[in-house]
Amino acid sequence: MSLLDVTHLDVRFALRKGDVKALRDVSFSLDRGERLGIVGESGAGKSVAAFTLLNLIAKPGYIAGGSICFDGQELIGRSDRSLRHIRGHRISMIFQDPMMTLNPVLSIGEQMVECLKAHRRISTHEARAISLHKLVQVQIPSPEARLDQYPHELSGGMRQRVIIAIALLLDPDIIIADEPTTALDVTIQAEIMALLLSLCEKHNVGLILITHDLGVVSQVTQRMLVMYAGRVIEDGPTREIINDPQHPYTQGLMNALPQMATPGSHLNQIPGSMPSLDNLPSGCAFHPRCHFVTRPDGQHRQACKEQVPDFVTSGNCRVACHMVADMLGYERIPAEEITQ
Amino acid sequence: MLAFLIKRLFHALLVMFVISVIAFAIQDNLGDPIQQMVGQSVPESERAQLREELGLNDPFLVQYLRFAINAAQFDFGYSYVFNQPTTEVIARHLPATLELVASATFLIVVLSVPIGVYSAIKPRAWLSRFFMGISIIGISIPVFLTAIVLIQIFAIGISWTPFPADTSWGTWLNEVVSTEGGMPAYGRGDPIHVVGTWYTNFASPRGLLYLVLPAISLASIMLPLFIRLIRAEMLEVLQSDYIKFARAKGIRLRRIYFLHALKNTMLPVITVGGVQIGTLVAYTILTETVFQWPGMGLMFLDAIERSDIPLIVTYLMIVGLIFVITNTLVDLIYGLVNPTVKLTGKPA
Repeated sequence: MSLLDVTHLDVRFALRKGDVKALRDVSFSLDRGERLGIVGESGAGKSVAAFTLLNLIAKPGYIAGGSICFDGQELIGRSDRSLRHIRGHRISMIFQDPMMTLNPVLSIGEQMVECLKAHRRISTHEARAISLHKLVQVQIPSPEARLDQYPHELSGGMRQRVIIAIALLLDPDIIIADEPTTALDVTIQAEIMALLLSLCEKHNVGLILITHDLGVVSQVTQRMLVMYAGRVIEDGPTREIINDPQHPYTQGLMNALPQMATPGSHLNQIPGSMPSLDNLPSGCAFHPRCHFVTRPDGQHRQACKEQVPDFVTSGNCRVACHMVADMLGYERIPAEEITQ
Repeated sequence: MLAFLIKRLFHALLVMFVISVIAFAIQDNLGDPIQQMVGQSVPESERAQLREELGLNDPFLVQYLRFAINAAQFDFGYSYVFNQPTTEVIARHLPATLELVASATFLIVVLSVPIGVYSAIKPRAWLSRFFMGISIIGISIPVFLTAIVLIQIFAIGISWTPFPADTSWGTWLNEVVSTEGGMPAYGRGDPIHVVGTWYTNFASPRGLLYLVLPAISLASIMLPLFIRLIRAEMLEVLQSDYIKFARAKGIRLRRIYFLHALKNTMLPVITVGGVQIGTLVAYTILTETVFQWPGMGLMFLDAIERSDIPLIVTYLMIVGLIFVITNTLVDLIYGLVNPTVKLTGKPA
């Protein structure tokens, strides 16, 4: 059994016009020390998945079904009070924008010490010593001085280092990093990512990295999920997916990388945009943008328009696509309404 | 810190200069002080002589300079009515007003923070909606009406018999909707002497009882305003990333609400609050009139009625000074709460 097992996770937002399905049938697992990437366009449900793991989704969001099993314990349905002992302690988070993540009116030291004190019975003095040690680990310049400084006195890159230090404070089993470098300077992005990777490797911490940067995913993670419109559409070892993407959406993402374009020509892109979650296309949610369907001889592909594709196994990967299933010679099973 | 204080002092002097010009312009144009000082029977020649002696015929600038030089030494002349230095008259009335303002401020601070925070944490709770409804009513009703209603209910008492008195439940309900009254609502009672002109209501239970109704009336407008302000700010703060991050760190909710969120909520509230507490001093005019509270507000109305111009001018100057002092204090407190403000001016 894995350290973290997420199965058939179903998250909805209760809006006035009805429920919007933000996550449908999301399943994945993470072993101790393993690094998993979750990629997809904005609105694919990556961040919702991250926040759901610690039940931090804001109202009107709610978990409608599924299971999150962490270290043998079911997390869904547990009270905030009991989840508190897992948050920041066994599973910690790194947020997207370091400029907004730290409380502007509390010193760095206060924000680190309180986290230790929330989970361990230790003196302020000890907590400060541990905090300082972690600040040294994240290679922040003059760490002693930082403890008494306030967030506004630090640059974005330094703040993200502080946040990584906070995430590592209690030696967690898993760190969930929600686009940890998106808000940073390009030069600092690489530094921060390398730091995060080396610290996770050194302390054998599992990492769930949410990003839309396929380059980062290929460098940092061992396995990856590709999400589209709230569903996982491809899932497998990062190397295999990057080298040989199966799902037409993943292929499109790979093609869209600048290094894939002929110099001097336009960058490749997937036509159209992510559908809004309250108005999903029928069948495979990707079909209106899928080149298998939009090309002239693809009009007859009724299955893509009518049935939600099931996962098929291709090598070490799982892919949810009718085309891939056909090519691999799978027999079509009537797709069940999994989310029902 | 010193640089900040000097800068603020300069600002304060500038504000006081403007107030003094306005106050003096009023003095120069409001009524005829001679009329108030002497009786009907005094002939015009004597009046002219008096006018000359008092320097009322000098040019505006000369009169203003004389006024300003004296004012700088806290000498605002004699009250025409009391025939005493105006500063003494003010000093006699100031403690009553300050105690009233302090009590109202205490009520506002003690009630608005918990109620505002509660209704931000649980915006949909029945109690929050109730507080929001009440606060709208509180803001809409003028102070003097609140005061009169309070006097009717708690000082005079109401005996109301909407239910049949010949049944036991009717009698009981009639007693519930009726009040006995008996709360003091006229003047200060017998305040205890502390020092100089300072008599206090704070030192005895009976004295505090005299403060209850006036303080509630005075707070009745500002309290709902502060509740709504704190609630609105807190709702916004609770949406922020650093609150989510604090939750992701596993911090106790109580600490998140009352440290992480409240400290950020209070920044704008302190700024607005400082100005509003100054405004409370002005609102005392209404409250003191209704409750015959012998403070500066009542004294000011009296002074206007009798054209006691030096007293009016002194009142304006003193209230202006209180405003300037509270605002400076608020800026200092703001600097202490908000680390991004550097009072010292030292490089970060």
